Amino acid sequence: MTSGGSWNITRRFIRVWQRNFKAYGQSWKIGFIPPLLEPLFYLLAFGVGLAALVGKIHYRGIDMSYMAFIAPALIAINIMNNAFYENTYSSYVRMYYYKTFDAMMATPLSLEEIITGEIIWGATKSLIATAIMQVVISLFGLIHYPEGLLILPLAFFGGLAFGALGMFFTGIVKSIELFNLPIFLFVTPMFLFGGTFFPIENLPHWAQLVAVALPLTHLVNLTRAFSTGSLDSSVGTGLAYLAVFSLIFFPLALRKMHQRLIR
Amino acid sequence: MTGPAFPKERVKEPGPVIEASRLRKTFGDLVAVDDISFAVHPGECFGILGPNGAGKTTTIRMIYGFSPMTGGTLQVFGLDIAQQPRAIKTRIGVCQQENTLDPDLTAQQNLEVFARYFDIPPAQATERANELLKFMALENRKDARSAELSGGMVRRLVLARALVNQPELLILDEPTTGLDPQARHQVWERLEDLRAKGLSILLTTHYMDEASRLCDRLMIMDQGRILVEGEPAELIRQYVGRDIIEVAVPEEALRQFIRERDLQSEDLGHRLIIYLEDRDDLYHEIRERYCGEGCTLRMATMEDVFLKLTGRELRE
Repeated sequence: MTSGGSWNITRRFIRVWQRNFKAYGQSWKIGFIPPLLEPLFYLLAFGVGLAALVGKIHYRGIDMSYMAFIAPALIAINIMNNAFYENTYSSYVRMYYYKTFDAMMATPLSLEEIITGEIIWGATKSLIATAIMQVVISLFGLIHYPEGLLILPLAFFGGLAFGALGMFFTGIVKSIELFNLPIFLFVTPMFLFGGTFFPIENLPHWAQLVAVALPLTHLVNLTRAFSTGSLDSSVGTGLAYLAVFSLIFFPLALRKMHQRLIR
Repeated sequence: MTGPAFPKERVKEPGPVIEASRLRKTFGDLVAVDDISFAVHPGECFGILGPNGAGKTTTIRMIYGFSPMTGGTLQVFGLDIAQQPRAIKTRIGVCQQENTLDPDLTAQQNLEVFARYFDIPPAQATERANELLKFMALENRKDARSAELSGGMVRRLVLARALVNQPELLILDEPTTGLDPQARHQVWERLEDLRAKGLSILLTTHYMDEASRLCDRLMIMDQGRILVEGEPAELIRQYVGRDIIEVAVPEEALRQFIRERDLQSEDLGHRLIIYLEDRDDLYHEIRERYCGEGCTLRMATMEDVFLKLTGRELRE
């Protein structure tokens, strides 16, 4: 509920986060498996199978193995997916099927606090999954420390951006099946063309411009910079991009959820 | 059975618990609640009756701050719902019509997590959850998920959850819809316990026996407006009298008789309903002269009032 045009958010949003954390605690053993196995599958398929064809990658003046090139991208994709899927499918299930938000709105919690708690939970999922995945990838010696530790706060920060985007879609989709649309139009193209499995410099110029406009490209730049330990000017640009992206989509998500649920 | 106290220290409210004045809610062109005014007093159980689409749920959703109102004023505990929704929501308990239990959590966790939404400290939340599980006879199922509970248990757990903040006002939207008779009676007993402890209750229902049994006062709504308001027994006396004769397959001669005596009646074609006030003599006369088999004398109920005022057409 808004009063006087300002958002009604207090630190009580943490209660929503705690609810999700408690529910996650019920099934954490299953939640641990994908971030543990996924990097192994990808590293095996691309890093071992495809690397033989690719050889060395020349990236920003450095020669690196193909595995070292894609490992940070796997982390970035993992950050994107965890927050985005949590705040689309999972939030939608809680909102529409479980009616969890309806129950919460009969308590002192405001809708804005509920949505904020959900998005921060989405970012937390990104952080948890990244921490697990990073351990696995580090065992291959593919992450340079101590700079590599910066990936953890980045996972939360990037999770906020993708969570806010996901929640925005949750506010506007007519049914749960329609999440296919933003996934097909945004998530999959970013997954393929966001500088993940090959440098965006290999794309035609117009496609490079599109790639630079999309958030995953910046997140990949950041995870790659932190993994290789080569902190350059792209770090500032990437962080600024993600901050602006969150600052746009967080209020948009609040507004769309408000329009959807307050009747 | 001894339950927890509600609330521990009751603050004496000088005025009404709920006071609605020209309350209005529109959805586009649809007027769901049309300028209604009513008050609920401390310690009373107040019912809102009405057919589907009468505006019952919309009304109570405005009261618990779920839906913003379109017009009028609405005060709960003397506070304006538009100005201080959070202060009000801290002091009320709500049972929504749909099952809004958290399916990811056990019965006990449902209560504990919900208590945390009210900022109740964890240790106190656990204590409160245990108390309420016992009060609702659910302590054996405290580790069950809501999907593993029967309809009656689900409703009792929802009721327990609504009491977790020791509310001063309990709002129930159709508390026994879809329950079997045993489960309904169990919920009613709990609600009677709570009422006896002085908790103010606002409920919507379309079960007339529920309204008669639980409500001190009630109002019947239809198409967003209040048709009548009062005590159940008084409304029955005022609108349908004390007794009812139902005649199956009435003869024309009986219709003639009713017109001659100027009796209150309702003709449904295959069935005739005659409203009487303490007239055993008339019943005997009608039975001897006009009834074959299908003639019943019975007490008038809230259902007669309801059907008389809201009509018999289906509401879908």
